[in-house]
Amino acid sequence: MNKALKIVVLAKQVPDTRNMGEEAMTADGTVNRAALPAIFNPDDLKALELALRMKDECVGSTVHILTMGPLRAADIIRDAMFRGADGGYLLTDRRFAGSDTLATSYALSCALRKIGADVVVAGRQAIDGDTAQVGPQVAGWLGLPQVTYAEQVEQIKESSLVVRRRVERGVERVESPLPMLLTVNSSADEVRPQNAMRLMKFKYAATPSECAAEPEALRVKLAAEREYLNIVEWTADDVDCDKSILGLAGSPTKVKSVEAVVFQDKQVQSLTSSDEDIEKLMVELIASRTLG
Amino acid sequence: MNNIFVYIEIEDGAIADVSLELLTKGRDLATKLGVKLEAVVLGHNLSGIEKELSAYGAKTVWVADDAVFVPYSTLPYAAVVSGLVKAEQPQIVLFGATSVGRDFAPRVSATLKTGLTADCTQLEIGSYVDENTGREYDNLLYQIGPAFGGNVIATIICPDNRPQMATVREGVMCKRPADVQVEAEVKPIAWRDYISPEDLAVVVLDRQLEQRKINLKGANVVVAGGYGMGSKEGFKLCYDLAEVLGAEVGASRAATDAGYCEHERMIGQTGITVRPKLYIACGISGQVQHTVGMDSSSIIVSINSDADAPINKIADYAIVGKVEEVIPKMIKYYKQNSK
Repeated sequence: MNKALKIVVLAKQVPDTRNMGEEAMTADGTVNRAALPAIFNPDDLKALELALRMKDECVGSTVHILTMGPLRAADIIRDAMFRGADGGYLLTDRRFAGSDTLATSYALSCALRKIGADVVVAGRQAIDGDTAQVGPQVAGWLGLPQVTYAEQVEQIKESSLVVRRRVERGVERVESPLPMLLTVNSSADEVRPQNAMRLMKFKYAATPSECAAEPEALRVKLAAEREYLNIVEWTADDVDCDKSILGLAGSPTKVKSVEAVVFQDKQVQSLTSSDEDIEKLMVELIASRTLG
Repeated sequence: MNNIFVYIEIEDGAIADVSLELLTKGRDLATKLGVKLEAVVLGHNLSGIEKELSAYGAKTVWVADDAVFVPYSTLPYAAVVSGLVKAEQPQIVLFGATSVGRDFAPRVSATLKTGLTADCTQLEIGSYVDENTGREYDNLLYQIGPAFGGNVIATIICPDNRPQMATVREGVMCKRPADVQVEAEVKPIAWRDYISPEDLAVVVLDRQLEQRKINLKGANVVVAGGYGMGSKEGFKLCYDLAEVLGAEVGASRAATDAGYCEHERMIGQTGITVRPKLYIACGISGQVQHTVGMDSSSIIVSINSDADAPINKIADYAIVGKVEEVIPKMIKYYKQNSK
């Protein structure tokens, strides 16, 4: 029998940038995040599925979500619980706001130190940034071996995992010692649907802030009775971290300026198929070093 | 000290195109800053590698040449590059945004506690004034690229931490040998000082890689054919033009569905996204599902018998005419005027 694994999935609630309409752009060309639906980052759902498969295989394993974000990001923790996760941690604090990838990965790594995990699983990248940096950076802060672009855990051994990963021109199988961090590629298996029984069981799961906001709500009473309904909520003070590396002030990269993408009507040069026109075009392309 | 480093990726024993593109860009940046361009290469059997790197302007080539570096593995690469950067203190380090670069560059940034900007489409040198402190910065690296799902273009800077690091996708920058070529100085990297036994704990068991048959993503010039090529035989004109121009052949979905060429050549929403310097659309109407995969091409030439084809809205040059008439003329006049 395989040993029980303590698995933590790094997940992010993201604005759905894939279906951005005009209503989401403000007049000055910036993005109005509030106008976009907040969703579970797609690659992180793949990460959740890969984690749940490991849990299925190793009796006694646990899967917890760790996410950093505003209070409403508790929604993705509940979503994950409906699909099979045991619980989650919400890292929320104004001091985290404006974090770049390095500051984000630092905060997450401090929380992970406190939680402790045999396997950390993250989606390859988030659709609002597409950087694919936070996973490897977390591994870097923690000094954990990393396997990126994972598609499947093929074998769970006593102290290592055999992982199939997708690289640019094919697939590679690697064996990495535990503890380790995996980032999961979008080509991995789809996440399982929400389970009706779990939905019933966990629908009142809540963070302390959510309970405090509605002290009369049923969930407050239930949370007091049932330990498994409590979503852990931490601020920067709850994790051992250097406050100077957090948030906007602690981020080495800054946004100097942002411009909207404007699709201008191009200056089209209309040409005919005459020898004169085609020769003129080819000479121009060669002269501008577009060709040759 | 405080030079520009470009990480050189080795692919099947050869230097990846993206690394040569970065050297080309790095050369401009080094000239502007008045510093040296240096290349960093890890691999095995690398003797003579400095020749090609010199041709692209590298003044120093740092080499770690040992069997331990093949195949690529995250931890030893991250440890060696981090160690070398700590020792040499470059102000800028550039990586290709390949599956290798995107795997280990973030790890290097965490080790060095500095910023990293992914998938830049432009790199420039410029100044910055911090509005809060009033502090002025000169000669910063502007790391420019699409952000937020491609809906905005952001200029990112890394004012206080060094090095400034960025990744760039293949095919985004142009590749051009230096006008004046000086043999680079080869310096061995003291890699044994940087690697610990734990860095070798992840083992690659096996890899199944396919040869790159079609390199659309990396092509500087793409000749794409659509349904308007008329037939599989007619589509061959695209190959003829591509061969003369040193281009790669792409296609619209209509053309691949009609069997004019392989599915691997499909450009667009359900195919490949390309952003070549030159995109020649032959007999392609320009449905949005196609144009999303090519509308960031620097120059777009369309050949279409219909003057109102949607492709002409995003084209720089719209040739109204028959492909079977225009393409042979393009071949003829390219041959006459090149060299």
